Amino acid sequence: MSVSPGSSMRTPRRRVAGLGSARSGTGHFWLQRLTALANLLLILIALPIVICVAGQGHAATLAMLGHPLVAIVLLLLLFSVCYHMKIGMQVVIEDYVHAEGTKVLALVANTFFTIAVGSAGAFAVLKISFGG
Amino acid sequence: MAGAAERPLSPHLQIYRPMLTMMMSIVHRITGVALYFGTLLLVIWLLAAASSARAFEVVNGLFGSWIGLLVLVGYSWALIHHAIGGIRHFVWDTGAGFGPGPRELFAKLTIGGSIALTVALWIVIWLVKG
Repeated sequence: MSVSPGSSMRTPRRRVAGLGSARSGTGHFWLQRLTALANLLLILIALPIVICVAGQGHAATLAMLGHPLVAIVLLLLLFSVCYHMKIGMQVVIEDYVHAEGTKVLALVANTFFTIAVGSAGAFAVLKISFGG
Repeated sequence: MAGAAERPLSPHLQIYRPMLTMMMSIVHRITGVALYFGTLLLVIWLLAAASSARAFEVVNGLFGSWIGLLVLVGYSWALIHHAIGGIRHFVWDTGAGFGPGPRELFAKLTIGGSIALTVALWIVIWLVKG
């Protein structure tokens, strides 16, 4: 994206405003911490629930997981965890995969994987909640 | 990359004597990657519950087998270790705890705490589930 000076009305200052050397400022760092805090709080709520449900029969499990409060906690947890997974693995890939093509493929695979895992989990929770 | 080796490079991991804080940093990343794939366990369990009684029985059987429980114990330890490591990062984010004393203490607390809490967790599970 090379913009020759004069072809744009945006000043050079405006084009880089808010962007660091990684082209995304502190947004990545902030979301890592934000989702980390959300994960921590949601795990503390979800863990006792999962322990209670673990080992129970199918009907009892569906009844418990389908409760709105439980389902909402699980949905929030899945969303926060998968977002945290996505940006965390992105850093790992950027640190260790240096060939441009492989790196881009790995980053795409990372995005696909985390969205697929999150969507699958969310769909399961919603299906159980809506009594399917 | 041509010419890259001619510039002075900063020393990498293998130059340093292994230190506890360094190990905790590495383990934090490894547990993060393990948990990345470990989330599949939760999602598989949810999908099985949402699919059918038969599928749920199969997955419950797998998770309840000795090898399944072993994976779950490892998963819970990784989760707790990564969580304590994350709390340590929250403290560092405030600018505190970077001195030699605190950072060594954090490292020891992360190891000791993660093992103690994992044992406590499974004792509770064993007591509840019998």
